[in-house]
Amino acid sequence: MAYFTQQLIMAVTLGAIYGLIAIGYTMVYGIIGMINFAHGEVFMIGAFISLIGFMICALLGIGSAPLAIVLVLLLAMAFSAVYGWAIERTAYRPLRGSFRLAPLISAIGMSFALQNYVQLAQGARPKPGGQIVSGGFTLFSSDGFDVRVTWLQIIIVLVTIVLMAGFTWLIARTSLGRQQRACEQDMKMAALLGVNVDRTISLTFVLGAALAAVAGMLFLMYYGVVDFFIGFHAGIKAFTAAVLGGIGSLPGAMLGGLLIALIEVFWAGYFSSEYKDVAAFAILVLVLIFRPTGLLGKPEIEKV
Amino acid sequence: MGSRLPSMLKDAGLTAFVAAALGIFIVGFRTVDIGRGLTFDYQIVDLAVAVVTIFFGRFGLSLAANGLRWPAIVLGVVMIAIGVSPMQLPSGFLHWFVALGGVLLVIRAIWPWANDAMAAAARTPTGRTIDRVASKWFGWALLVAAVLMPFTPMADQKTMDLGVLILTYVMLGWGLNIVVGLAGLLDLGYVAFYAVGAYAYALLSTQHGMGFWVVLPLAGMMAALFGLVLGFPVLRLRGDYLAIVTLGFGEIIRLVLLNWVDLTNGPAGIGSIPGPTLFGAVFAETAPAGKQTVAEMLGIPFNGIHRLIFLYYIILVLALITNLFTQRMRRLPVGRAWEALREDETACRALGINPTNTKLTAFAIGAMFAGFAGSFFAAKQRFISPESFVFIESAIILAIVVLGGMGSQVGVVLAAVLLIGLPEWFRDLGNYRMLAFGLAMVLIMVFRPRGLVAHREPSIRLHPAGSGGGG
Repeated sequence: MAYFTQQLIMAVTLGAIYGLIAIGYTMVYGIIGMINFAHGEVFMIGAFISLIGFMICALLGIGSAPLAIVLVLLLAMAFSAVYGWAIERTAYRPLRGSFRLAPLISAIGMSFALQNYVQLAQGARPKPGGQIVSGGFTLFSSDGFDVRVTWLQIIIVLVTIVLMAGFTWLIARTSLGRQQRACEQDMKMAALLGVNVDRTISLTFVLGAALAAVAGMLFLMYYGVVDFFIGFHAGIKAFTAAVLGGIGSLPGAMLGGLLIALIEVFWAGYFSSEYKDVAAFAILVLVLIFRPTGLLGKPEIEKV
Repeated sequence: MGSRLPSMLKDAGLTAFVAAALGIFIVGFRTVDIGRGLTFDYQIVDLAVAVVTIFFGRFGLSLAANGLRWPAIVLGVVMIAIGVSPMQLPSGFLHWFVALGGVLLVIRAIWPWANDAMAAAARTPTGRTIDRVASKWFGWALLVAAVLMPFTPMADQKTMDLGVLILTYVMLGWGLNIVVGLAGLLDLGYVAFYAVGAYAYALLSTQHGMGFWVVLPLAGMMAALFGLVLGFPVLRLRGDYLAIVTLGFGEIIRLVLLNWVDLTNGPAGIGSIPGPTLFGAVFAETAPAGKQTVAEMLGIPFNGIHRLIFLYYIILVLALITNLFTQRMRRLPVGRAWEALREDETACRALGINPTNTKLTAFAIGAMFAGFAGSFFAAKQRFISPESFVFIESAIILAIVVLGGMGSQVGVVLAAVLLIGLPEWFRDLGNYRMLAFGLAMVLIMVFRPRGLVAHREPSIRLHPAGSGGGG
């Protein structure tokens, strides 16, 4: 029981990170129907900016951890958002209306370019990030096994919940959210009714990138190490999460992230850690075969 | 023109500002590991030079776009001059950056002229004849060149190695072309079938002593079987979902190869795989017991390059078989169904074509050729490990198909030479190679989404070409 609870705590933490990345996939797919393959790289860049941000905080002598976290969070969100915007502007916007696979291929190219760009600029070796928040408390003990919750895990889950709530409010209540939902339903009609489609799509990328940057920061704090290749696997898993939850659905992305993390953590905990990625990919395949709309998605009607 | 200048400057300034925002942390603060932690290696000056270059580059592009070609050319030439000058820039990379920016700017500025001139030349009667003859005979000329290559004086160890490598990718490109180019299915896990073929040969030869020529068809069949088994459940999916599922399969196969140590020897790979034999004779200086070397059989002195030449012809023939097979398939009902399916799945369904079965044939046939190429690869390398079958390989093969112009056979050859041949010559560029590779994929999609050989001839027309039919 204790072991199970411990695994569950780990899975929820990891699921929060996957969920934050998955939102970016789900929003972009919902609005322009493409897989933003470079989204995982934005997450990676967010993690790098956070690493550099924490180091700058240390140089400036900002000792208080909460202040440093808030500063770095804002920094990483803002500057990763520029990446999201620039990627959309250069690699995807010129291809709107091109043939179906063109944006996906362009996205793969973008993903390689960003990976190698960071590798060239920052080096290929993994970067240790140090520990920003340490400590925790014991939840309960049974059979001589302590179930521990670290402060960091609480921070990760709290940040995710706050951001999710804010984001849901943004989509449901603000005019930007309304425009976004309008574009998602019918881009041409939205444009006719005076919605600035280009701006809305750009903002979708900006928001998705900002959330990915948060995920990057949390990842850095949780694992304490980043390298230029973390975006690939995290990206595929987050996409799996988005599909599992039902692409286009925000709660679905969160739920999917949680489920993927549960599968991965429990597979590694109870069976073998070598095949945990295989399990995650196998789930993706099975979901797409048996329920292509995902758990919370709406069925898609193909128009001729 | 003068009234546009402020807006052009503003645009260039904005671009430079965005570039600065992108670069400030990732480029400006290089983190360096000094053992007990990380420190910064500031590269703000490098960044500033790059941002200034981007400002002028963007400004030049707007000049060219507004018809001010001469100023743009002058600006480009100045940039090239600065790039190649011995002037001290903070890093060697910046010289390249500035010079390449200048080259691109000049190309952009003279592009409309070049385009007009080429279009005008193609419209003249001689131009048309050349065009027709070239498009008809270009492929044959390439083939003759490929067949004669080993007999030319330039056929040394390095060139032959490169030739074998390029032909392997040509074959893989042609195989994937069936799936992506003809049937329109985006397969991001093509390398998985390549891996199946390679491991099939490696295991059957090292553990059961089977020869290359026996295993080759078996490997192809095994890869095709994998294609069928993997494809059957997923081919009902929409294009981009299919892409992700195939990517997932590719990763699953790689992870299984990596972790199933009992069968595949895991990350250590499988070594001492025997090479292909010529009528039972081996390519080696001394033959193993009971065998004969090729040099003994033919009565010629031993030379290491004979093995390479032999490999070269094997892969040439395999690639040509792939090509011929594709050309013939396009004339069969199933091949036509592939192309029809690519254009409009709903219409095909209405016409009674079974989309799943049709896609499955394309998927399995594509996989089969990857299996052939894989067992050739294992026989050539004599050592394989999961390292050779990572996602980037799938992406490179896909890039070859896309760059070549999906569905074009000659285009694949050109793209393979360009993407495999050129980077091999520029090996010392290291990681810049992959950066350029990624950017090239983006740029090609943006500027030439139909590929180098954009001309996609339908295999069959309702009306003869040029008769003014519905097209």
